[in-house]
Amino acid sequence: MPKITYIDSSGEQRTIDVQKGLSVMEGAIQNKIPGIDADCGGGMACATCHVYVKEEWFNKLPKTQDGEQDMIDMAFEPKKNSRLSCQLIVSDELDGMVVTTPSKQT
Amino acid sequence: MIETDVIIVGAGPVGLFAVHQLGIKGLKSEVIDNLDKAGGQCIELYPDKPIYDIAGIPECTGEELTKNLLNQIKPFKTNFHFNERVQEINSEGDNWIIKTSQNKVFSSPNIIIAGGVGSFEPRKLPVKDAEKYEGKNIFYSISDKNIFKNKKISIFGGGDSALDWALELSKIAKVTLIHRREEFRGAPHTLNQIKKEGKVDIKTKFQISSISGQNKIESINIKNDDGKETEVKTDYILSFFGLIMKLGPITEWGLNMDKKTIKVNTENFETNKKGIFAIGDICTYPGKLKLILSGFHEGALASVECFKRARPNEKYRFEFTTSSKEIQARLGVKNK
Repeated sequence: MPKITYIDSSGEQRTIDVQKGLSVMEGAIQNKIPGIDADCGGGMACATCHVYVKEEWFNKLPKTQDGEQDMIDMAFEPKKNSRLSCQLIVSDELDGMVVTTPSKQT
Repeated sequence: MIETDVIIVGAGPVGLFAVHQLGIKGLKSEVIDNLDKAGGQCIELYPDKPIYDIAGIPECTGEELTKNLLNQIKPFKTNFHFNERVQEINSEGDNWIIKTSQNKVFSSPNIIIAGGVGSFEPRKLPVKDAEKYEGKNIFYSISDKNIFKNKKISIFGGGDSALDWALELSKIAKVTLIHRREEFRGAPHTLNQIKKEGKVDIKTKFQISSISGQNKIESINIKNDDGKETEVKTDYILSFFGLIMKLGPITEWGLNMDKKTIKVNTENFETNKKGIFAIGDICTYPGKLKLILSGFHEGALASVECFKRARPNEKYRFEFTTSSKEIQARLGVKNK
């Protein structure tokens, strides 16, 4: 199973196995990773699963859809490498990916 | 005090359909919602986005679904209490007493919480001291635009609210519009109009970094992607980063919670408190799916238990809308 590393804003790292086909958000929720709220349940409607993706991985990701950028506009402290983790589907190519959660989601 | 058979908290699609399921059983409900209109997430988050999984409706928007649901419950002449949030719930015998943020008091044997992911509140400006100036120099909505006359206004956001107010206020004030990327999600024709009139200073790829001032805001600093800061003289900040859902006082009602959701018994969608039900996105149980269609089913089952509590001396009889004369009379159907 691909491994995804979640780093929270205090620097604490958690690496977990996430099943292929799940989103990075679902991986976090199922493993009770703090810092990802995912209020809308993955509908690209709330921006509370916002993460920063480490650069080397960011460029490997499929581009954002329009709706995702619109939601990131509303996220807390968006940056160039911001993504909604509900839109990042785990695959072998993303094995080892590192994402950082913002200091808060709202 | 308003007495009713059922109080529904939340006027989203699931709350609205619960009105229907209660109504055909002859129960009156009162609906309370923090927003100014019905529809919940359907209206606030995706009014124009298509929904494809409402049974029997191949495609509809959040707005259309809301309109149709309101139409469907019209016969029941339900009272809606908008712009109100339920603050307190207390028990009194077999009844629940609810007090709202507008100090309205309700009494009922049943409360159905159809609160989605909580009540909508404006997303706050992510900067130190924002709270201190809120309501004085920082606004998330506008009630009187005249206070901005001849002032320096910094507007944040890329949606329709930001664009509409930038255009409107540029007629009476000096407006700077600040957005984190080049693309705006608001209506292109508003943006074109703003550019054509040329009165708004548009700063894209900038975000707020700090506020300066003594008792009132004097200026703000904004930062671009490379970390370069720019000062903008500002009297008022208008921030339009959309709405966020907050659970609010629900967490204090003594219900069995699982993170931000309420645990229910799937036989009748009752919570750990007798007569308090939770349906739709806010409830959780093994296998729960956050789908509108699941919420409709949950409301139907909850309505049966509500009937038993509201009419303890009557026997609940399962009936079909197709054949029940009684239900059809409640729906105002004229029999041919």
